Amino acid sequence: MGDNGSFRLGEGFVQHVPLLDIENLSVSLLQDGDEVPLVRNISFSIARGETLAIVGESGSGKSVSSLAILGLLSKALRIQSGRILFEGQDLRQLDDEALRKMRGRDMSMVFQEPMTSLNPVRSIGSQIIESIEENMGLSRSEARARAIDLLKEVGVADAERRLKQYPHHFSGGMRQRVMIAIALAAEPKLIIADEPTTALDVTIQAQILDLMARICKDHGTALILITHNLGIVARYAQRVNVMYGGRIVETGGARAIYQSPRHPYSEGLLQSVPRLDQDRTVPLKPIQGSPADPFTSISGCRFHPRCPYATDLCRQDVPTFAAGVACHFPLSTDIQATA
Amino acid sequence: MADLLRVENVSVHFPIHKGLLQRQVGEVRAVEGVSLSLRRGEAFGLVGESGCGKTTLARAVLRLVDPTSGAIWFDGTNVSGLHGKALGPYRKKVAAIFQDPFSSLNPRMTSGQILAEVLHVHAYEGDTHNRVAELLSLCGLAPRFADLYPHEMSGGQRQRVGIARALALDPELIVCDEAVSALDVSIQAQIINLLEELRVKFGLTYLFIGHDLSVVRHLCDRLAVMYLGRIMETGTSEEIFSTPRHPYTQALIDAVPAPDPDGEDRREHVALAGEIPSPLDPPAGCVFHTRCPIAFSKCRADVPPLQRLEGQHAASCFAINPNTSTTDHKVREPLSQ
Repeated sequence: MGDNGSFRLGEGFVQHVPLLDIENLSVSLLQDGDEVPLVRNISFSIARGETLAIVGESGSGKSVSSLAILGLLSKALRIQSGRILFEGQDLRQLDDEALRKMRGRDMSMVFQEPMTSLNPVRSIGSQIIESIEENMGLSRSEARARAIDLLKEVGVADAERRLKQYPHHFSGGMRQRVMIAIALAAEPKLIIADEPTTALDVTIQAQILDLMARICKDHGTALILITHNLGIVARYAQRVNVMYGGRIVETGGARAIYQSPRHPYSEGLLQSVPRLDQDRTVPLKPIQGSPADPFTSISGCRFHPRCPYATDLCRQDVPTFAAGVACHFPLSTDIQATA
Repeated sequence: MADLLRVENVSVHFPIHKGLLQRQVGEVRAVEGVSLSLRRGEAFGLVGESGCGKTTLARAVLRLVDPTSGAIWFDGTNVSGLHGKALGPYRKKVAAIFQDPFSSLNPRMTSGQILAEVLHVHAYEGDTHNRVAELLSLCGLAPRFADLYPHEMSGGQRQRVGIARALALDPELIVCDEAVSALDVSIQAQIINLLEELRVKFGLTYLFIGHDLSVVRHLCDRLAVMYLGRIMETGTSEEIFSTPRHPYTQALIDAVPAPDPDGEDRREHVALAGEIPSPLDPPAGCVFHTRCPIAFSKCRADVPPLQRLEGQHAASCFAINPNTSTTDHKVREPLSQ
């Protein structure tokens, strides 16, 4: 079962151990004998009950790193190094069976497209009940009662009747509610949500995210929210990891990063988005070029070809990650004196 | 400025056939009695959620679907009844940019061939090779991109090719259907700025369909908010975003999280309850009444007309008093009697 007690130094200490602690994680794609690095030596942690957002564009490694945490990497992807400590226990040391038991019971995932994550030929009820039976060891009738409670909790009206229905009877927003119910079934300590509302309409997006935020708060569940939407991060997250080219380039409190970003990429992202609270006649300031392609090797800092501040040092040396930012010349955090 | 495009009371209904004899058993009312006009040189936005009819309306303007009723006037000509060859001149003047450049570009053709094909089909008389290079450069792509296939380009570069294709025949109107929605945040800003530059440079008129309110507000001078096939509210970007009058517009704007944690903490959110009803069976009366926080009995019975407010602002809601600048959230039954 891998119930390794050696990391637990007594209850008092456990409080200070983060729920999830990622140390120097690297993931590569194996292709024609080559190794293409997708996630490059990232470290971060999340505390119980905390909401951490991971922001990044395509190819930044944000989804691959979360799949690695859950042990769901496809065969072509391999963890090259690093430790994934969940309550002090290294998940990489667990066998598939032990890991499978942890998924669902201790941590679960909500994906972007609820239509492809639900089985189209099985009723919603059987899929939720299976997850409850599997993870909580309840009898069928107890599991059914819990499924009805869960559906009610996630705002599915007429839950008893809807248990018998199939995924195609549900709208996109309702399917995502079902996925959240399944993710919650065993009251996990951590939920990883990968672009959970990207496929949904704005008013439905607000409903789903408000629901997830409320549920995580009520149950003390930690949430890793992977998104490209900076507005969602601002509304729902306490801390943010900004990823670029497989690395975490900046990490910090949401408020601090939005007020005074330290990495030029974070600054560029914030300046790229049109905002409802800004003058619409001012042109946007895009970041030049395209997101770093994992298949192209880039010397030094992977952001340097797009960085307005890049110097020779940036073109040669990979910046080390220190004090929450990986940049040779982090932007000043001086908060301007208010006149 | 004169109107370049005028959509008059256009409805688009799709019949639903069922059974062995393919009897018509119902219809989807995708667009219902929509009127709007685009002035030459302006960017006009159409916003709304899935099933609101914005894409169907755009396809009607592109003459890819036939309007069931109503008229579409382009530069003084009614194009809604034209078919086949008679549409040729119109097709030259109206172009489209789609959401996903990967599926709207032929994967077996280089971008040079894609652009040359458009010129060829419309019997372009100048030097095709030069024109291709010119189009690419207008869209910020070096001439070598003419030899690349779509899969060899990034999403942003592909969308630039899509824009170059739209520009090929010097159109007057470009319909942009979610043209920047599939792009990464940093690339989206590049394409938005490019679209803005091209509009100013060539005096283009845009019909810009989007679901991202911040993008539509940034690009468009005027816009219409649609819900279940009807226009809920229309006006200038300033009017709509600084004083939204329709409860749906208010909820839609509220649902957009701002990239500003402090602002988000101060805002009070009232998430709209319920789901978007099926356009197969839209609610009677005001189509929004099933989700409206202030609906009263009249809303369930009658369809509110689009009423003019100050300036260019208009909205279809019974709770709006055109003589005041706010929407009365307290009006209930008395108004209906």
